[in-house]
Amino acid sequence: MLTLNSFGIMKILVCISKTPDTTAKIAFTQNNTKFATDGVQWIINPYDEWYALVRAIELKEKDPSTVIHLITVGAADAEPIIRKALALGGDEAIRVNADSHDSFYIASQIAAIAKDGNYDLIFTGKETIDYNGSSIGGMVAELLDLPYISLATKFDLGGTTATVVREIEGGEETDSVSLPVVVSCQKGVAEQRIPNMKGIMSARTKPLKVVEPAAVEPLTNVVSFELPPAKAGVKLVPADNPEELIRLLHEEAKAF
Amino acid sequence: MSVLVFIDHSEGHVKKASLEALSYGAALAGQLGTTAEGIILGTVTEDLAALGKYGVKKIHQLAQESLNHLDAQVYARIIAEAAVATGANVLIFSNNLSGKAVAPRVAVRLKAGLVSGAVALPNISNGFVVKKNVFSGKAFANISLNSPIKIVSLNPNAFAPKAGEGQAAVAALSIQAGTAKVKVVSATQATGQVPLTEAEIVVSGGRGLKGPENWGMIEELAKLLGAATACSRPVADAHWRPHNEHVGQTGIAIAPNLYIAIGISGAIQHLAGVNRSKVIAVINKDPEAPFFKAADYGIVGDAFEVVPKLIQAVKKLKGIA
Ligand SMILES: Cc1cc2nc3c(=O)[nH]c(=O)nc-3n(C[C@H](O)[C@H](O)[C@H](O)COP(=O)(O)OP(=O)(O)OC[C@H]3O[C@@H](n4cnc5c(N)ncnc54)[C@H](O)[C@@H]3O)c2cc1C
Ligand SMILES: Nc1ncnc2c1ncn2[C@@H]1O[C@H](COP(=O)(O)O)[C@@H](O)[C@H]1O
Repeated sequence: MLTLNSFGIMKILVCISKTPDTTAKIAFTQNNTKFATDGVQWIINPYDEWYALVRAIELKEKDPSTVIHLITVGAADAEPIIRKALALGGDEAIRVNADSHDSFYIASQIAAIAKDGNYDLIFTGKETIDYNGSSIGGMVAELLDLPYISLATKFDLGGTTATVVREIEGGEETDSVSLPVVVSCQKGVAEQRIPNMKGIMSARTKPLKVVEPAAVEPLTNVVSFELPPAKAGVKLVPADNPEELIRLLHEEAKAF
Repeated sequence: MSVLVFIDHSEGHVKKASLEALSYGAALAGQLGTTAEGIILGTVTEDLAALGKYGVKKIHQLAQESLNHLDAQVYARIIAEAAVATGANVLIFSNNLSGKAVAPRVAVRLKAGLVSGAVALPNISNGFVVKKNVFSGKAFANISLNSPIKIVSLNPNAFAPKAGEGQAAVAALSIQAGTAKVKVVSATQATGQVPLTEAEIVVSGGRGLKGPENWGMIEELAKLLGAATACSRPVADAHWRPHNEHVGQTGIAIAPNLYIAIGISGAIQHLAGVNRSKVIAVINKDPEAPFFKAADYGIVGDAFEVVPKLIQAVKKLKGIA
């Protein structure tokens, strides 16, 4: 069970995942069972980097006693990503040495580490841009029996109480919650930053601990991938006859 | 064995996304040779028994006013307990914002595998395999669920609700609702507007519109079509439009029947949020704009000339002078 750190030091855990660059070509190999990684640039999942991590760094800038740990569940090839995250900020990183795309498996690994870490705050991104689960934060929270605020667009701290604005269906809601809490972050929570030279240099010497995964049975597995059927091609309507577009959308596409 | 569908509601009404989930759950129950039931926490003004027309036989309700506000932790406990009590082995959520908050917690409580963002009925010919969206709409993955209890959360607009005949029995749940740890300070809900994720038509503008003062025609066209409005990321970043209209990789992902993109170049990150739209129409003055490659219909032309004419054409079609 997490408790607020009795020394009054804020401890934050930021969950970092590795995703293909947003412009990566999406293709599959081995009979459509594996993502084709050839030539793919890997990046920190944008939500994790731009919002979750940067907000944690901002909190540390306000209160320098704050400790930020980063965690990634990934194989050795995730190390450049976690180093880049350390270059942006954060004190140390943990890599759980496992390669899985099952949300329950990943969340269980994060929860296992968090259990002993006395974190006041656990930040995740809104979703990974490859598997689009949007599930890990909620699972980690349930595993630790903590409140979870999904899809935050603003996050503020006053002592041990967080005030969070989050997106709800068709609007937004302002919540107040006592720490510890799990929060998934999206646009609005912070502004994207670029790592500076000092950060890059210091990241090299920051601790990166590798731990072996807890024994957890994944509950799902990927059977195969498919690409969407190609579009038939665009039907162009002359600019001087927009009425024809409305007619086509109405009569041919039956879009309204 | 049964299929249990979570029914999401706000302001006294069951959401359209939940009607889709109910229809999906009923169709799945048909495949599995079992029955579908619904679960609703809180109260609505409409007749719950009438939801039977979507194919559910029974609706479990915990009719407590305090539950009209969704607290994920409180909800997850009740739903998991109800799932066990009713012997449900498949749970269906809509993958809307409510579903994203609740389904992962329920999955942990039931040790159930979760597929979020399903776009079709499961294939049960060999196991239980669900097709879902991956790589931000650029591909699909078929995911096998291997746990005894399974949870599927269905993407909005991926499965059309099918209304037939029938009434559902409404039964009161006797489960103790816990207290919420999260306190709601305030909430704002845009009323009267079509929520972006539920909208069947979306009219969207990009930097090609030059400035916020030119959005009047976008709003007018949207209103005439009963559409929601959206925008590209730089437009929201420049505060021309509110952030909740930003669609794309880092914004909202939508899948309307019709997406009309005006003055948007069609960058890959923008397409990631809109490429599941059934029909895409693009208006852009640059014939080389990448968006035309992803479009079904297009006009190469100046938005400031084309859009007013589109508005006239829709008015004519709808018989509005
Ligand atoms: C990691 C990452 C994530 C991103 N996420 C998103 C995202 O979620 N959503 C998003 O939208 N973008 C996103 N972007 C940005 C994206 O790459 C593009 O920069 C952005 O989509 C461009 O917006 P735009 O099309 O409105 O503007 P522009 O690229 O400037 O295009 C304007 C278009 O308007 C046309 N035009 C100009 N004048 C007229 C006129 N009078 N009539 C008709 N057409 C006209 C031009 O020909 C041009 O095609 C992301 C980028 C990165 C790197
Ligand atoms: N392998 C991973 N290691 C650490 N954190 C992760 C991992 N996968 C996902 N996350 C975190 O969980 C968030 C939501 O991911 P998902 O539920 O998979 O869409 C991401 O934005 C990350 O913050």
